[in-house]
Amino acid sequence: MNLIEEKIKDFNVLFVKDERIDAHNSADLKDYILHMIEKGAVNIVVQLEQVKFVDSSGLGALLSGFKHAEAKSGQLALSNIQNQVLSMFELTRLNRVFEIHADLNDIFEIDS
Amino acid sequence: MNSTANFQVDVVIPTQTKYLNLIGSIGEHIAKDLEDFSGDREALAYHLNLVLTEATTNAIKHANLEDPKDTVRVNIDIQEKELIIRVYDHGQGFDLESIANPDFDHPKEGGMGLFFIRTLMDSVSYKNLAGSNMLEIRKSLV
Repeated sequence: MNLIEEKIKDFNVLFVKDERIDAHNSADLKDYILHMIEKGAVNIVVQLEQVKFVDSSGLGALLSGFKHAEAKSGQLALSNIQNQVLSMFELTRLNRVFEIHADLNDIFEIDS
Repeated sequence: MNSTANFQVDVVIPTQTKYLNLIGSIGEHIAKDLEDFSGDREALAYHLNLVLTEATTNAIKHANLEDPKDTVRVNIDIQEKELIIRVYDHGQGFDLESIANPDFDHPKEGGMGLFFIRTLMDSVSYKNLAGSNMLEIRKSLV
């Protein structure tokens, strides 16, 4: 899976560069996020601007990351979700679980 | 030009998740090319992509793991007023009714795939046939 991690201010931002998250690559995403948490990341943002499609396993991978971050008193937020993808979060009510930001700048402004 | 309202797409893939993109994309193309569909085409394209992806993932998971040459067959039957997806696997099968919808107050990683199929389509059934199982999904196009 094509992932780019960047440290921006106090956040570990993970840019997902694939257009599609499904059962073929969701385990890679899940493992990567778990690895970030194991290395000590507590403020994680997954930036999904490039992602046009997420299936149930993709939502599951993000939920797994959210739960593991929370267990370590950290947080995992999402940003730049495309409309069709966002509707999948709404259908599963996961929009109530995740903190979802329209843009990365929103997060940094709140923080500063 | 004659109407192309009724046609079928029949695909047989190895039981590997790398083919999910192919199967999902077929659904997306079908939605975008449907004649006489007045609903939200972009939403239908996503939904067919998702439902085909989930159903095929399910079939791959339930495939015969002892047979490296096992395949999953996906048949999409486009009729004037209805679209029918049939996904065939050669595994042990499972009880569709035993799979509950997710508990939204206590979200878990699994169990959302079938929820999407049930929610986005009109009906779903799972049947044991001679030598294979068939997940049948129906969606009205009117």
